[in-house]
Amino acid sequence: MNPLPDVLTIADLPRVLVGKVLSVEGNGKFSERLRELGFCCGTEVRFERQAPMGGPIIVSLRGYRLCLRISEAKQIRIEGMAGLGGIG
Amino acid sequence: MAKPIHLALVGSPNSGKTTLFNALTGLSGKTGNYPGVTVDRRRGHFHVDDKEVHLSDLPGSYSLHAISEDEAVTSKVLRGDMDGGIVPDGVVFVADATTLERSLPMLADVLHIGRPTLLVLTMVDELKVRGGDLDLFKLQAELGIPIVGVVGNKGLGIDDLRMRLPDFANWVQPKTLPERDTESRFAWADAILEKVTRHPLSESPLTRRMDKVLLHPVIGIIVFAAFLALFFQAIFSWAAPAMDLFSGWMDGAADWVLATFPESLMTDLLADGVIRGVGAVIVFVPQIALLFALIFFFEASGYMSRAAFVVDRVMGWAGLEGRCFISLLSSYACAVPGIMATRTIPSPRDRLATILVAPFATCSARLPVYAILISAFIPDTQVFGPFTLQGLTLMGLYILGGVSAVTFAAVFKRGMLRGASLPFYLELPPYRFPSLKSVVLQVFRRVTVFLKDAGSVILVGSIVLWFLLNFPRHEAPADVSPALAHKAQIEQSYAADIGHALEPVFEPLGFDWRINVGLVGSFAARELMVSTLAQVYAYEGEDEDFAGFSDLLSKPDPETGEPPMTFASAVALMLFFVYALLCLSTVAVIKRETNSWKWPMFMMGYMSLVAWVAGWIGYMLAS
Repeated sequence: MNPLPDVLTIADLPRVLVGKVLSVEGNGKFSERLRELGFCCGTEVRFERQAPMGGPIIVSLRGYRLCLRISEAKQIRIEGMAGLGGIG
Repeated sequence: MAKPIHLALVGSPNSGKTTLFNALTGLSGKTGNYPGVTVDRRRGHFHVDDKEVHLSDLPGSYSLHAISEDEAVTSKVLRGDMDGGIVPDGVVFVADATTLERSLPMLADVLHIGRPTLLVLTMVDELKVRGGDLDLFKLQAELGIPIVGVVGNKGLGIDDLRMRLPDFANWVQPKTLPERDTESRFAWADAILEKVTRHPLSESPLTRRMDKVLLHPVIGIIVFAAFLALFFQAIFSWAAPAMDLFSGWMDGAADWVLATFPESLMTDLLADGVIRGVGAVIVFVPQIALLFALIFFFEASGYMSRAAFVVDRVMGWAGLEGRCFISLLSSYACAVPGIMATRTIPSPRDRLATILVAPFATCSARLPVYAILISAFIPDTQVFGPFTLQGLTLMGLYILGGVSAVTFAAVFKRGMLRGASLPFYLELPPYRFPSLKSVVLQVFRRVTVFLKDAGSVILVGSIVLWFLLNFPRHEAPADVSPALAHKAQIEQSYAADIGHALEPVFEPLGFDWRINVGLVGSFAARELMVSTLAQVYAYEGEDEDFAGFSDLLSKPDPETGEPPMTFASAVALMLFFVYALLCLSTVAVIKRETNSWKWPMFMMGYMSLVAWVAGWIGYMLAS
């Protein structure tokens, strides 16, 4: 397995499992929408499952579950949570 | 009487807004539907005591900072930029009690607009079942606005809510509001929820168990395939008896008119133009009702977002998303409900791309045309095993339609409809089961709107077609058979003139003027091709007697010594039918759903062009 990259995003969540949102990249309306869906600084995001062959990914946050494509997931930077296989 | 009260229903998708709207308005009063690619909202009227309340149901949205035209409607209505400048007297903000962490920040944005606001918490029963406990009095005090808890699908709390609606003047404004930026609003919401949560809710165990199966990489796909099979089965077979019944009634009514009233042009117009024309639309009602009941049930239960998750990868190739798949699938029964189903697609570009290609899906109206041509011109030889050349040809035509739809969608999304697409995100709500009442109401509304809009276009279209086929009049001698009289009438009608005028256009495809008249006839609806051709060739057998009619098409005509149609022109005609947009109902529904004539005109243009080229290639290869 490849080592984890230095900058983690939601796309790495299948390996990190739980993370805390650091920031959403970009300033456009779409980045703003991701923030409004609850990807705010400090929000805990948990991996649920991924469709086969690089398909969309399901995460849970703020008491609900959301399905994102990998391209959107890469816009959301996270930090792994200590003790859960992440790099705190 | 007092001035009516205008209230707007605002909330995120899946918050139970539709259920609440249905519970409040029921079938009472007028319910309009204001659709379009950009705008889709509903309004209902009802009375509380002697006061008239107008309730607007605005599109479900996660934010007031719209990223699509559809979402922009919400902030426009709240600011009074729509509806002739009527600013709503009050806002009813609907929030799912189980996802307040996400919806309270949007409430803060709504409160900033400064209209009197009432918070309705839905799904309070689910909150309890999942072990959650909120101090509603404290929440009310913290927010500074009144709160009503309801269970929409069981009708609990609805009467209480209804009584409070005229009281909007006393929906006090909150004292403290966070800054408008997203981070501050979420921090504000988190701080409030920490104070009022007595016990946090846990995950729904039922949803967890069901998703283990339905989202499983292997079992999930099998269930999805079963879901598709059920869908096809329902649309093709289960609706068929009701459709036959309706079409029988329509024929009965037309025959009754012909038999009862004195023979005259007016009687003819009423029976063949009006009743059979409008009947062509009414026949679709069972199919549409069933399709919408299924779609609404799968949407409301939460399975639709799971299905979209399962097929997202495949649709992604065409530049579309999972939900477009459902529409294309429905279009295999009939493009009309398929196009109406595109409303569940949130991105206007994806929705338009799906509408633009939906008529390529092989709808059931093409089947009679394919069946006649295949049995007349394709030899019934065995290819391998149980497969015959005829069967494989039919299957090939079905597959060609689907492949063309996806390919053209990919082309449009990479060309004309390119641009920053919406980020794809899809909430996976807990599984919930809609009440029967809410399914019935939804279906009833959709069907009435369809009948009103598509019906009026079809009515006009079929009267025009009837006129073209029956004028100028030809007085047949009394001793010729009705079929020959009809043939003579058509030969000198305006439709025949059009058929002759089209000869230069369709000559490269091997069509003569009589096939062109068939095309003119099939413009109203594809299935009319067969009956129009039968009239043109003065076929005297039953319409449904395929074998006799096929013989007539492929055997030499005793008068001219030439068969009416050759193998090559039949191939061209089949390919033409794969692509051409020959259906007034579809044109009407596209106009309705896109809110302009621009898209139906564009589609007729490009689809005719593609159809002509495909027919021409087919003719060249076959001759």
